[in-house]
Amino acid sequence: MREFGYQRAHDVAGAVALLAADPDARYLGGGTNLVDLMKTGVERPARLVDVRELPLDRVESTTDGGLRIGATVTNSDLAADPDVRRRYPALAQAVLAGASGQLRNMATVGGNLLQRTRCGYFTDLAAPCNKRAPGAGCSAVTGEHHNHAVLGASDHCVAVHPSDMGVALTAFDARISYESPDGPGEAPITDFYLPVSDTPHRETALPPGALITHVTLPAAPVAARSRYRKVRERASYAFAIGSVAAALTVEDGVVREARLALGAVASRPWRARAAEAVLTGAPADGASFAAAADAELAAARPLPHNGYKVTLMRNLVVSVLTELAGEDAR
Amino acid sequence: MTTTTPGPSALRGAVGTAHTRIEGRDKVTGAARYAGEIPYPELAHGWLVLSTVARGRILDVETGPILAMPGVLTVLHHGNAPRLHTDYIGMLGVPPDPTSAVFQDDRVPFAGWPVALVVAETPEVAREAAEALVVTYEREPHDTELVAGHPGAYAADGHMPAETEKGDLEARLADSAFVVDEEYTTPEEQHSMMEPHAATARWDGGRLEVVDSNQGAGWVQSELATMFSLDASAVRVRSEHIGGGFGSKGLRAHQVSAVMAATALQRPVRVVLTRRQTFSLGGYRSPTAQRVRLGADPDGRLLALEHRSLNQTSTVYEFVEPSAGVARVMYDAEAHRTANHVVRLDVPSPTWMRAPGEAPGSFAVEVALDELAARAGLDPIDLRLRNEPEVGPVSGLPFSSRNLAACLHEGARRFGWADRDPRPGVRRDGRWLLGTGTAAASFGAGAAPSTALVTAEADGSFTVRITAADIGTGARTALTLIAADALETTPDRVRVRIGDSDFGPAMIAGGSMGTRSWAWAVTAAAADLRERLAMTTGIPPEGITVRSDTTEALGALAQKERHSYGAQFAEVAVDTATGEIRVRRMLGIFAAGRIVNPLTARNQLVGGMTWGISMALHEEAVRDRNTGGHYAPDLAGYHVATHADVPDIEADWVDDHDPDDPVGIKGVGEIGIVGAAAAVANAVHHATGVRHRHLPIRPDRVVAAAGSAGGAVDA
Amino acid sequence: MAPATSSTSSAITLNINGEKHHLPVDHRTTLLDALRERLDLTGTKKGCDQGQCGACTVLVDQRRAVSCLTLAVAAEGREITTIEGVAEGDELHPVQQAFLDLDGYQCGYCTPGQICSAIAVIEEHAAGRPSAVTEDLSPEAAPQPLTPEEIRERMSGNLCRCGAYVSIVRAVARAAEAHAETRTAGAKETTA
Repeated sequence: MREFGYQRAHDVAGAVALLAADPDARYLGGGTNLVDLMKTGVERPARLVDVRELPLDRVESTTDGGLRIGATVTNSDLAADPDVRRRYPALAQAVLAGASGQLRNMATVGGNLLQRTRCGYFTDLAAPCNKRAPGAGCSAVTGEHHNHAVLGASDHCVAVHPSDMGVALTAFDARISYESPDGPGEAPITDFYLPVSDTPHRETALPPGALITHVTLPAAPVAARSRYRKVRERASYAFAIGSVAAALTVEDGVVREARLALGAVASRPWRARAAEAVLTGAPADGASFAAAADAELAAARPLPHNGYKVTLMRNLVVSVLTELAGEDAR
Repeated sequence: MTTTTPGPSALRGAVGTAHTRIEGRDKVTGAARYAGEIPYPELAHGWLVLSTVARGRILDVETGPILAMPGVLTVLHHGNAPRLHTDYIGMLGVPPDPTSAVFQDDRVPFAGWPVALVVAETPEVAREAAEALVVTYEREPHDTELVAGHPGAYAADGHMPAETEKGDLEARLADSAFVVDEEYTTPEEQHSMMEPHAATARWDGGRLEVVDSNQGAGWVQSELATMFSLDASAVRVRSEHIGGGFGSKGLRAHQVSAVMAATALQRPVRVVLTRRQTFSLGGYRSPTAQRVRLGADPDGRLLALEHRSLNQTSTVYEFVEPSAGVARVMYDAEAHRTANHVVRLDVPSPTWMRAPGEAPGSFAVEVALDELAARAGLDPIDLRLRNEPEVGPVSGLPFSSRNLAACLHEGARRFGWADRDPRPGVRRDGRWLLGTGTAAASFGAGAAPSTALVTAEADGSFTVRITAADIGTGARTALTLIAADALETTPDRVRVRIGDSDFGPAMIAGGSMGTRSWAWAVTAAAADLRERLAMTTGIPPEGITVRSDTTEALGALAQKERHSYGAQFAEVAVDTATGEIRVRRMLGIFAAGRIVNPLTARNQLVGGMTWGISMALHEEAVRDRNTGGHYAPDLAGYHVATHADVPDIEADWVDDHDPDDPVGIKGVGEIGIVGAAAAVANAVHHATGVRHRHLPIRPDRVVAAAGSAGGAVDA
Repeated sequence: MAPATSSTSSAITLNINGEKHHLPVDHRTTLLDALRERLDLTGTKKGCDQGQCGACTVLVDQRRAVSCLTLAVAAEGREITTIEGVAEGDELHPVQQAFLDLDGYQCGYCTPGQICSAIAVIEEHAAGRPSAVTEDLSPEAAPQPLTPEEIRERMSGNLCRCGAYVSIVRAVARAAEAHAETRTAGAKETTA
């Protein structure tokens, strides 16, 4: 780890100005990912701008019935928020499924969205990795990849996004607000994360030097009946090998509205719009749920050792939707 | 001068009574200091630099720019390090692993091999300088993959004969009514003790003192003295609190490099391994490729048994993971063949890890027996009871005591085994399929020569000094209870001091032999002391000290098969749609000799069983074929069971006693893991109808197996 | 030793166990290293240095956090409690006492982190904060008991390689019961 400068920002404009002054500077939130990456040598910032004292630590209702979540709200505060638990339970479940109690107390919403992949090659400086060193090659394609992407990947990178929270935010059409040196901006979360293409090192649409300030969830009555399920290689404190955030409104046995996003299958949280299209208007039964999963997973391109993920995700989608439909029937 | 005699015999009885840990208060308040936590003035910090290539030679170590960094004190590497003496056989009967004898030549035998030590004023500077050090290599092609039938495999002895054979295996297999012939694999497993290896070395008045985290202060002291060609009396190693060992904490690169640096700089130097470094420098359990062939008559009696196991070792050190040793103790057959083979690969040196041999070997044998039971339509417990041998299957020696049947009976009763429906895949609780499984276990019960000093103090108390190690076993407390009984006093009047090589030679904390070996020495010294006290009228201010040495007594022991036994039971829930497995219940009943301290012994046994869950479901160190190095060598990449994976495990024991041990002890450190993974795997089969023969039983394996076919299949 | 203040180091004040400590730190120094290497508070343990084991858990502003991923300079101004600060003089904290009585450890290296974590778990649960295994997340739901399953999930960020989980969970449950009784008694007194 090289030496670095450290400053605390007290307002958003000041934070953005500090970062703009130094191209090698990074914002420091909870540090749960950045400090680790600095220790492994993946990140080598010259300066850290600590943003945790910015006045962005509140979860507020918007006039349309949605929520506006400050970027420095911690994961644990987000999960404990009564409005989140009432109106977007899958979001609370997703956050609680991530990391550990200690890390959730530290991690922030903004930092969670920007966390980097846990692909083992990304953190192994001796291994080629296009995300860490563009043009070096991807070690995972011919190496260890049993927890790598089956959707939307390219030959340049097959790493998956590690966030649980992001999957739920993706299902609920979150919008990411930021402040950049050129002024404020906003992007829907599905546009915020860029496709892998041949530039896996470019992960988000955030302009250089920009600071995430808020995440806005539009009103979504469907989200009140929502669920997040995560499968991992131990029962807790592990990253997903597959996860689903789903919401379902069923009337008279027919799906009126469905939201579905998949985690640990792609370089970004994966909004399953093909599946949603199949579900909408279909009978709320196992056959529809399976058809919806198949529609989404038709595009899957598994590698030699992660083909199980296609089966896993199909089963998981069916299982979660069946649970939700069962709740709805009660 | 004070006069005192040991208390009345009515006080006997500390052994067998639950006693909280002597050092418990220090551990719960943070006052207990581990090896990397003792402050020294002028302490310098060493940071190891490991190779990034899996095979080759070091061409250059560019120390110039590093030495110019402010705060950097020195860089040690093969070009400037002192030559070490490595051609010797150490206290445990094996030569030193060259991985520990650092910086002796330019060859690189595996990825993660120590190539340099950077020493600096602060840990931050040491780390930065170590990261900045440029080492250039000449790369050679590597082979890091263990595969069954590897052309480089050869029979290797290790601590037991490589191969045993009696009878005509093929003929008896042909005669058999039921045959199992299957291959089983276990992956590379890492000790992952919570405290990474740490040592501080310093010269103090012409004497080398090393404060270290190890499983035997005397062992490490003797190795360091030999390696550095020092008189044994010129080296002292202390190791008071140890944050776990499990076989990993012997002589390692951290102590040797710390001694080199402390000698070069003439100031205290601390070297602590990073978690990542422990993966290649701390040893590990080799992956195994095993084949088991069983043949049985219509009643389930074994006619033929073959167990072959292959493990990997490094190109610089031979280590045998003796998995095929299991059946030499557990099961007899007219035709009986076992073989341990190894292959040298461009990988780090493996070492002992909790129940070496028995842990992976019992997985293969005990799953194979479950398969045989299923094929023969027999209850798995009946099958085992029908195959209880009268004498050692290979040795022909009598058993000192063999209470496996009692464990199986008691376990079956308490687990509710009689009500079990043997059909697989028929019990459901929501999305979960439920199943139960069992397995048997054994682990060697031995003792090794040790010395102990016991002092009757002038104030009427007693001090025991022994180079024992408490790596979490509760040895300090157990020895206090044993000494109290042997001295006919109460535990509060006994002070046990351990973890200092100055106390004399003693067995290490290993092989489930520590407490038994030390207890023997303490008991012997206490007996002598009582005789001495009976003949004196007073105790001088310096006390009266007696020293024991058990070498002779142990040498006189009759040759017998001496082992602990156990019966493992597990209930699992499996969601075949997602591949998730949860262990809902686990019971282990053990015959492990006399239990000294029920509180800590139960914890040890439950801990071993927890390892069994972890081995069955989670643990797997992954090696990248292309780089030859580990993939994600950290505790997020290498999963050990956490709280949520572990149910309310129950461990208990039947009456058991080693007739030839003065206290009756056998040892509880390792028996708990033996058979535990097999019990879980057998329960998964009972739940799902799918037989998993490759560990760990990861979700992807469960999903792939369930997706490949309906009904009973194999994975 | 780093100079008192430069572009890459700072003179800071850390508030630890109610005591103020003034020290210069290299910005790279984590809170964990500041405690262990600079302040001789070695009760907080370094198991992985990567946020993957929980051995370094301390309380920051009454909430548990891993000190290995907390920069010391970023901890300035916060109230830090380490294992050395949880007992009341000679009287152990109920969680410490339960670990001692029920053998909630073996080697002891993860123990300070487990204890700090457990203290926070009991508070988090009492405050109605949910976990991943909390059945009903609705804020209107009745308070749910701190079951063994809840304890296991909430404590899962603290690895114990010795495998003492069973006795740790029992110790946390016992301490939580004592905590609940104290609260109930306190509430009654208030009512009275």
